[in-house]
Amino acid sequence: MSVDLLTVKRVAHLARIAVSEEDAERMTGELNAILGFVEQLNEVDVSGVEPMTSVIPMEMKKRQDVVTDGSKAADIVANAPATEENFFLVPKVVE
Amino acid sequence: MSDLTRLTISQARAKLRAKEITAAEITQAYLQAIERANPALNAYVAVTDDKARDMARASDARLAKGEGGALEGIPIGIKDLFGTEGVHTQACSHVLDGFKPHYESTVTTNLWADGAVMLGKLNMDEFAMGSSNETSYYGPVINPWRRSRLDTVVMPTTHQGDGGFVSAGGTRTARTLDNAQLVPGGSSGGSATAVSAFLCAGATATDTGGSIRQPAAFTGTVGIKPTYGRCSRWGIVAFASSLDQAGPIARDVRDAAILLKSMASVDPKDTTSVDRPVPDYEAAIGRPIRGMKVGIPKEYRVDGMPEDIEALWQKGIAWLKDAGAEIVDISLPHTKYALPAYYIVAPAEASSNLARYDGVRYGLRVPGKDIVEMYEKTRAAGFGREVKRRIMIGTYVLSAGYYDAYYLQAQKVRTLIKRDFENVFAAGVDVILTPATPSAAFGVADEDMAADPVKMYLNDIFTVTVNMAGLPGIAVPAGLDAKGLPLGLQLIGRPFDEETLFQTAHVIEQAAGTFQPEKWW
Repeated sequence: MSVDLLTVKRVAHLARIAVSEEDAERMTGELNAILGFVEQLNEVDVSGVEPMTSVIPMEMKKRQDVVTDGSKAADIVANAPATEENFFLVPKVVE
Repeated sequence: MSDLTRLTISQARAKLRAKEITAAEITQAYLQAIERANPALNAYVAVTDDKARDMARASDARLAKGEGGALEGIPIGIKDLFGTEGVHTQACSHVLDGFKPHYESTVTTNLWADGAVMLGKLNMDEFAMGSSNETSYYGPVINPWRRSRLDTVVMPTTHQGDGGFVSAGGTRTARTLDNAQLVPGGSSGGSATAVSAFLCAGATATDTGGSIRQPAAFTGTVGIKPTYGRCSRWGIVAFASSLDQAGPIARDVRDAAILLKSMASVDPKDTTSVDRPVPDYEAAIGRPIRGMKVGIPKEYRVDGMPEDIEALWQKGIAWLKDAGAEIVDISLPHTKYALPAYYIVAPAEASSNLARYDGVRYGLRVPGKDIVEMYEKTRAAGFGREVKRRIMIGTYVLSAGYYDAYYLQAQKVRTLIKRDFENVFAAGVDVILTPATPSAAFGVADEDMAADPVKMYLNDIFTVTVNMAGLPGIAVPAGLDAKGLPLGLQLIGRPFDEETLFQTAHVIEQAAGTFQPEKWW
């Protein structure tokens, strides 16, 4: 499988990365080189093989459903580019 | 006073405990070395002078009372991927501009609890994506090793050399260093260079496809990626969560064992942290390997591999045989599919993990006319080329209609790669010996690799299988190539059998010696 310019632009939008025409063209070549490289996986017979879900067999850890952390809103917003009274500020999303 | 930066961790530990030296002195020696060397090597992206001196003072107070921890007063460097409270933590990306977390990663918390002193944050490939440390927003790290050639030098009648030797004429051979700058490998290139160039006693690193072992091999240092789940991932910037593991880079096998003992833990904050006690890895060093079964996988002999590497591998086999190990030929038939499967699984997980860099909660924000444009412009400006490339691949392989063909297929192949290893371990093999990398360190701005991303990816051909199967792997320096550059061997072990790796790596180290670059910086 390979990608064309239009697909690259669509994927860039899905990934929320702005790309110029020039970027998209360069990426098309690079992505096709990588997709060409991974193509060889198709020659592997995987009939009856389960996809890996956990590399080390482990039981899901559970704990009591109680609050163990919190009351640190100021810490959480401390690194944000724009905040007001412990809220993240973003451009208007609802008209 | 002899140069304190030359002491290994075990040597410094003994001298600190015996009060022959102080933590303040050794810390100062490293801070001075960093100040002098960093403009040339670019290993550190942030030096925490004041914090280092404060921590060293506290260590000296504890040592005076005889209360020192396992790493009391030992100055170490931390890869920029580890969250360190109030200190530069950006995964060497522009998108995390100015980020200083209000928390501390579990691994670094463990190190400070054992008394280690933080010197600063180490350069790396952006988000740990790269094999040359050239994708860092902070510029490439330079390998302290340079190529050299052997010359025959005619000696003057009497000569007082730098080393203080006196010669009475005749000839001798000398190595002349080449000026070309080489990469230290990646993504933990800053860690590898800092350890190799005596800019820290040891360093933390992380390994998703080879990012500890490949740079260790390129710099003549020891690097171990432990079993998945051995070190907590909590507080480490995520790249590919099912593959990422933290581990140390150190100057010798014993130091790596000492560091891993402190870094590893059982952590309730990481659900993939495995609930098993951490053994005393250092105790494994020196145990005889007589009767141990060492597997040699035929699939690791690849086309175009330099003769030096094949010769090194044969030497490694001979050393282990001499020490009484039984050498057996084995087959890991799905080896060649590990790298292509990795380049689906890792980007897929990365595209999901890196979705959080959106200009809202931390780091860079580039304004746009609406929120989507703000996201798109922020991510376009904040991520470098390699990171964008991997996010794009990951987004594509996970997009509607392609999931089964790519991601599911890759995860099935991953099951087969792991099964290959399970089969040989079930047949009684204790440890597997392979080369660590398919080449020695290459030049900064290598044109072939810049032109074709897959060429760069091939650096991880011998290391990536280990991540795909979740196993522990160690890279240990084993010799120099014809151009005087270090080469490493890799040992792969059973899950949670890091002790066998330290035990066997030590045998190689005893035979091969340790390797230090000639100082030019």
